Amino acid sequence: MDINYTPEELAFRDEVRSFLDNKLPKDIASKVKNGQHLGKDDTVRWQKILNEQGWMAMHWPVEHGGTGWSPIQKHIFEEECAEYGAPTVLPFGVNMVAPVIIKFGTEEQKQTYLPKILNSDVWWCQGYSEPGAGSDLAGLKTKAVREGDHYIVNGQKTWTTLGQHADWIFCLVRTDPNAKKQEGISFLLIDMETPGITVRPLITLDGEHEVNEVFFDDVKVPVENLVGEENKGWTCAKYLLTFERTGIAGVGQSKAALKHLKTVARQVQQNGKPLIEDPLFRNRLADVEMELMALEMTNLRTVAAAQAGGVPGAESSFLKIMGTELRQEITDLFRRAAGPYAQPFLPESFEADYDGESVGPDFANTVSAKYFNMRKLSIFGGSNEIQKNIIAKMILGL
Amino acid sequence: MDFKLNDEQRMLEETVGRLVRDGYPFDAREKARTSELGYSTQMWQQFAELGLLGVPFAEDFGGFNGGGPELMVVAEGFGRGLVLEPYLATVVLSGTLIDALGNDAQKESLISSIVGGELRLALAAYEPEGRYDHTHVATQAEKQGDSYVISGSKAVVLHGDSADKLVVIARTGGETRGREGLSAFVVDADANGVSRRGYETIDGLRAAEIHFDNASGELLGEEGGAADALEASLALGIVALCAEAAGAMEVACDQTLEYIKERQQFGVAIGKFQALQHRMVEMRMELEKARSMTILAACSLDAAPPVRAKRLAAAKAIIGKSGRKVAEEAIQLHGGMGMMEETAVSHYAKRIVMIDHQLGDLGYHMQMLESLLDVDEDAA
Repeated sequence: MDINYTPEELAFRDEVRSFLDNKLPKDIASKVKNGQHLGKDDTVRWQKILNEQGWMAMHWPVEHGGTGWSPIQKHIFEEECAEYGAPTVLPFGVNMVAPVIIKFGTEEQKQTYLPKILNSDVWWCQGYSEPGAGSDLAGLKTKAVREGDHYIVNGQKTWTTLGQHADWIFCLVRTDPNAKKQEGISFLLIDMETPGITVRPLITLDGEHEVNEVFFDDVKVPVENLVGEENKGWTCAKYLLTFERTGIAGVGQSKAALKHLKTVARQVQQNGKPLIEDPLFRNRLADVEMELMALEMTNLRTVAAAQAGGVPGAESSFLKIMGTELRQEITDLFRRAAGPYAQPFLPESFEADYDGESVGPDFANTVSAKYFNMRKLSIFGGSNEIQKNIIAKMILGL
Repeated sequence: MDFKLNDEQRMLEETVGRLVRDGYPFDAREKARTSELGYSTQMWQQFAELGLLGVPFAEDFGGFNGGGPELMVVAEGFGRGLVLEPYLATVVLSGTLIDALGNDAQKESLISSIVGGELRLALAAYEPEGRYDHTHVATQAEKQGDSYVISGSKAVVLHGDSADKLVVIARTGGETRGREGLSAFVVDADANGVSRRGYETIDGLRAAEIHFDNASGELLGEEGGAADALEASLALGIVALCAEAAGAMEVACDQTLEYIKERQQFGVAIGKFQALQHRMVEMRMELEKARSMTILAACSLDAAPPVRAKRLAAAKAIIGKSGRKVAEEAIQLHGGMGMMEETAVSHYAKRIVMIDHQLGDLGYHMQMLESLLDVDEDAA
């Protein structure tokens, strides 16, 4: 039993650090660290750098351009990226649709889609949720009717993250309205340029345009865009949902955020002393610190189990709940650190090129927006309540 | 990085597991608990025969030369069975302190007797006014000829009622609260000037208030230089308590899960109700945290001192926090049955909660952690 990295693992960490030192653009890292907006260009620029290095596709098999990393190496890479302020790789292409294409797609589909995903030439978004199908995803109604060489798609998807930038969308659609819930679903790839698709922004409570509604009105989709068999889409969906989730705990993000929070709490004054010396605040910091240590160890145990050949199943549900609650707690402390200056709302200051004056301290500009934005963590990707249902069923046998 | 037990550790785990399964059914434990001594000397002899009393000691003394992970494995097994015997008091707290401070002759006689099961000890460190602060020592020791005389009072000395000898922390210099001037002594429990008031603790163990009035003691190590070794033994004690708690929490979770699968109300097993399912999941989440922090603590005994201190404080604090939740929920989900003395889970709940009152509680360790917030974890 040894909780320390082996010399080989440490050497890999050094390699990752040296790559990040040399290749991560400073302007992008600065935006990430200051909680400012990342544009589409920033994300694509960073992902192309990753691809040049051969490090874009952690979870793919090597023959398709994957890194061939062990679970521990993946963990180290994600930790270091978070520490350095590298943008999170957008999962929709490389970590969501690609593994499904690799597993269930035809040779032609692999050749058509995978290289462009690797090089971030195509921006993908996810068409799963619908107004009537959230946690109960299999209740989806968007339908695709086969007509000759095409499916005709009608319906509506929602909560489509960054769909405003997307070139393609992967969708779950109902192809057999008479089958039982999960059985009549198919997995379709759809070009966002196809006539009949309308994207409408959804503005979230922090003023952000991150998610969208996507409407399909007699959209013609070639049958060769079907992945896997018709009516077997639920298999693809399940595969995707249980796919590699090493980063789900967000340990790296929480560590970076806590470090920043401590810096802020040393600067902010309260009763003539740094806030970090306030007993109540310090107590909550200590609580976050110990919970983070517990989360990190639990995450490492899961990673090590995967390294030993185990398949992380419902265990990742524990990590999702613990990790998201902790990240939310940190955003709550940031809000409190800002004090009354948590109130001013200056969305323009979220842009890196903002040259106006802050109302309060610089760090305070984004804290409340971020606090509200991060409420999403316990809702998306299977709400934390759904995660508890999964654990109750899969691990506890209830 | 590797979380697997090695072959020796796995064998140790199996040995303890078998012992607890065979020797510690609930009614046998109840019999031992309600006996005059409060535990079983036969069981203690089995510990000796199986080599468990030598886990942290050198092979020269018949020991196993084990470190944090080995102790963790043993204590976790003991936690699963709610073992009553004075292992923590004798082996972990007193024995390792003698091992660290004693001269060859002292170690030869005392450690060998511990390993052989002939000697039971208790660590008399904490004081009535000192709560969880081990540096709060008002008990004084004065040199008289070749030996020392000790005067003062010690509080809630775990298994102090039945110990053959006491390892006493007394002051030979410095202020009442401080690391300087702390010395350790071996005192015969029956010596003149030692008076003990033994009692049961709510979790079924025994302890004593002990008063020393010019009792004669034998110095361990350098006069005034016991603090480092004492803290190392307390650190081991924290590892053992975390592991014991994790073992007990595991059983409390298992028993609760079994109960809610069986208990029928409104025509179904109550485990079908989502309100209870989610609470059960939360219990399991707390158990995972406790396990994780126990491993962290067990593997950090050789880390740089501030890192060790930080991790141990965090581990014991999590155990206090998570333990309370598991214990309370175990009772709650058992409903009225959870309130009963005859229900095993109530005994687990009591032990888990009382572990928070040994070697520093949640508040104490959070304050410790607060003082170490600037220690960089990664510097380990």
